[in-house]
Amino acid sequence: MLAGFAVQLLNGLAGASALFLVAVGLSLIFGVTRIVNFAHGSMYMIGLYVAYSLVQAFGVTALGFWGAVLGAAIAVGLLGALIEIGVLRRIYRAPELFQLLATFAVVLMLRDAVLYLWGPEDLLGPKAPGFKGAVQIFGRSFPTYDLLLIFVGPAVLAVLWLLLKKTRLGVLIRAATQDREMVGALGVNQKWLFTGVFALGSALAALGGALQMPREPANLGLDLVAIGEAFVVVVVGGMGSIPGAYLAALVIAEIKAICYGIGTVTLFGTTFAFSKLTLVAEFLVMAAVLIWRPWGLLGKPQGTVRTVAAPEAPLRPLPRAGTVVVVALLALLALLPILARDYPYLTVLAIDILIAVLFAASLHFIMGPGGMHSFGHAAYFGLGAYGAALLLKALGLRMEIALALAPFFALVGALVFGWFAVRLAGVYLAMLTLALAQIVWGIVFQWDEVTGGSNGLVGIWPSATFASKAAYFYLTLALVVAGLYLLRRMLLAPFGYAMRAGRDSPLRAEATGIDVVRVHWVGFAIAGTVCGLAGALFAFAKGTISPETISVGRSIDGLVMVLLGGVQSLAGPIVGAAAFTWLSDTIIRATDYWRALLGFVILALVLAFPQGLAGGAAAVAARLRGVR
Amino acid sequence: MKRLLVAAAAATLAVTAQAQAVKLGELNSYKAQPAFLEPYKKGWELAVEEINARGGVLGRKLEVVSRDDNGNPGDAVRVAEELVSRENVNLLFGTFLSHVGLAVTDFAKQRKILFVAAEPLTDKITWQNGNRYTFRLRPSTYMQVAMLVPEAAKLKKKRWAVVYPNYEYGQSAVASFKQLLKAAQPDVEFVAEQAPALGRIDAGAVVQALADAKPDAIFNVTFGADLAKFVREGNTRGLFKDRAVFSLLTGEPEYLDPLKEEAPEGWWVTGYPWYAIQSKEHDAFLRAYQAKYKEYPRLGSVVGYTTVIAIADAIKKAGSTDTEKMIAAFKGLKTSSPFGPIVFRASDHQSTMGAYVGRTAVRDGRGVMVDFRYVDGAAVLPSDAEVAKLRGAD
Repeated sequence: MLAGFAVQLLNGLAGASALFLVAVGLSLIFGVTRIVNFAHGSMYMIGLYVAYSLVQAFGVTALGFWGAVLGAAIAVGLLGALIEIGVLRRIYRAPELFQLLATFAVVLMLRDAVLYLWGPEDLLGPKAPGFKGAVQIFGRSFPTYDLLLIFVGPAVLAVLWLLLKKTRLGVLIRAATQDREMVGALGVNQKWLFTGVFALGSALAALGGALQMPREPANLGLDLVAIGEAFVVVVVGGMGSIPGAYLAALVIAEIKAICYGIGTVTLFGTTFAFSKLTLVAEFLVMAAVLIWRPWGLLGKPQGTVRTVAAPEAPLRPLPRAGTVVVVALLALLALLPILARDYPYLTVLAIDILIAVLFAASLHFIMGPGGMHSFGHAAYFGLGAYGAALLLKALGLRMEIALALAPFFALVGALVFGWFAVRLAGVYLAMLTLALAQIVWGIVFQWDEVTGGSNGLVGIWPSATFASKAAYFYLTLALVVAGLYLLRRMLLAPFGYAMRAGRDSPLRAEATGIDVVRVHWVGFAIAGTVCGLAGALFAFAKGTISPETISVGRSIDGLVMVLLGGVQSLAGPIVGAAAFTWLSDTIIRATDYWRALLGFVILALVLAFPQGLAGGAAAVAARLRGVR
Repeated sequence: MKRLLVAAAAATLAVTAQAQAVKLGELNSYKAQPAFLEPYKKGWELAVEEINARGGVLGRKLEVVSRDDNGNPGDAVRVAEELVSRENVNLLFGTFLSHVGLAVTDFAKQRKILFVAAEPLTDKITWQNGNRYTFRLRPSTYMQVAMLVPEAAKLKKKRWAVVYPNYEYGQSAVASFKQLLKAAQPDVEFVAEQAPALGRIDAGAVVQALADAKPDAIFNVTFGADLAKFVREGNTRGLFKDRAVFSLLTGEPEYLDPLKEEAPEGWWVTGYPWYAIQSKEHDAFLRAYQAKYKEYPRLGSVVGYTTVIAIADAIKKAGSTDTEKMIAAFKGLKTSSPFGPIVFRASDHQSTMGAYVGRTAVRDGRGVMVDFRYVDGAAVLPSDAEVAKLRGAD
């Protein structure tokens, strides 16, 4: 038993090295460029694919294998540099987090590129020559390659540590992590520093992927798995801290190994398989660490970033011309089911768009004016959706009552999670919201008796009154417009000013008597409640809900909508959500490689409108007025 | 001149036939699961081509409008709605993932449209959540498990370990396995249970935990990348030495082929040994498939092909594309598949398509199934009375 446990700890060590290699590059990139790089997982995946192809070309010899691993790292490093120069360099001046949207587009394009180049089938690479077998440890066979991996992680850690502490490049990277404007002011070419760091980070991700060749097949799901794990490790360790990343990887990998090692335990007559905990183990760790140490295990408070983007203009009430446009748009929408009698699908699509608009607007409420970048907004969407379904199915309430009460589930969730989240800032807040959302997801996924587990709940249809698509459209339209009006009204009220004051200058806001934490907490709760309404509307529109309504994917969709529309404009989330939903629906039918096309379109929009669609339109309008 | 007239008439006929083609709406998670669904798509495309070459159904051409459902129920319901309301399809078929299949099952009931679930495995589609509008082709999770259990019981192994992906498919497969094996062999003991998250198995830790429990036999439900990792770690760490292993779906080319020469030997599996099936129906299918695509079929190809053949037969039997008439035709429909004749049961709308049960081996550097036999789905399905209890009223 004890021996088995010891070997499980060794398994954990090997796993820690693998995790560390995925994460460390992300930490470097974030530290210097402050970019939340979603494409990091893609680099990991491509590293594994390239290594697989290279080893086929070189032959399975020791030289061929290690040559392929190294070659993959170099090739992907170059790809990273290309992406930085071609895309990211053009948008460093955009509002915070906007680069995230560009990396999201890159993820979509790279995924389809890999599918095109390597095909859909999983590709299992060869074992490493010289490390094919196992050694006996405590009477158990332990793969020699895992033994090797145990040392690779710390070795890379040591090399990076030397690089950072003993070389000029390292000095520059550390300086840029602390204060990148100062580094620029001292005459360092920031452009090449950023490109270099991005390439190095990408190469490290690819190295991590390539080293997995003997342990897992190259497959198309790796990018998302890797990016999730990498974020967790980086945040738990402390953004920008390399030793922290290793420590975090170690903690997470060991906890997982122990979960498997414990196996099934029977307590008080109920049997529990501990291995099921691995579903969300890393997110439990992340939530606990962030609540206990807001900057991660070995992290420091983030250095101030004197924002390079133009400062945000104050919000203004709608001018008369704008009111006319809004009223006209509403009238048009009200007539839609009649106008679209011959195109009944238009009504269906419009319902989805309206729900997406409310979802995005509620996220924008805390993300834009609140300055709280929630990466787990789907939690409240899902709570609203499941709340509606459970009130209808389990309690047998009428659909109308279920719809009215469902947002309270989201409110409770937002109050609890918000209480923890508003105490943090920046990317740590983002990651805590993500972790909490993942925990909700894990519970829903696992709680078969109540939530239907991975399959979800079916048969959640509207009552007879709202059964027709037109009737449901009017219901949705009325509630969405009411929700939008409520959010807007609050932003232009003193409460909204207080929230923005807390975002722009917490110290001064506190000095004027605003309880910033409390104001942000209330804002968080309001956004969650409205989001819950969107979720409930979604449930009745689809008749089915599954844990996917709470998934990371939906949270990311929300971010994409807000950023695409423009985070600094109140119309932004509305335009962004409508554009994104309509684009996805249209493009998915246009071509087999719709993912790449969607990524391409988003990328084009990102480069053309660095302020977002609504922000871009406003800028154009302002220029026209200026000309006149 | 006469010939010209005939040609013109034929052209007019063709145009009218085209105008009133029987439209089938198809939706699946093509981008989320390309490895399984590209062969599936080729399968149904082949069937459509063959049927139209024979003149279509009811004198009309068959046309499939295919959509990607983005791998999630929310989008799938919207796509289904689009197929019904914009494309005016006569019926729906497709889906691969269980939760998406269930969502469309419920949608079919709500919109009163026929849905033929092609690939999803969950028992709920035909049982707990079954409805009169939904039929399913592929043998369900329960059926696949029930095919393996008699072999497992024969071995009289006492200590069993199970490993499965932690979601409904894995959970229900293991639950059925435990229940059926206990019934066949009451002294059986389950000594270890590992449920890693789908696509994220820590194979080293899982393999070692299983080995430490010292089981006599193992039941595996992992598949895809998880299976490849599990097999490689298991081989390196000697988990499979002197242990019987039963593994669900592993004999399907989709899962066995990526393992290449490392495919496990001597496992009992369900699957599709396309290279060794000797039957007229399968020969014809294999020849046509290889002639068209220059590659061998996967199980998905058979499923896609058979689904459309079954739909065409049902429409012929109904003599109409009216939903109620098609439902009546599907109940008890006798149709053919590359695996031989199958029937869509009237009681639970499940087809009796079966699967091949055999043992794995490695030949010429690739995994194959040997000593296999075809198990008809009818042999493992519960009786009509039993499923009536599961289904409730329609």
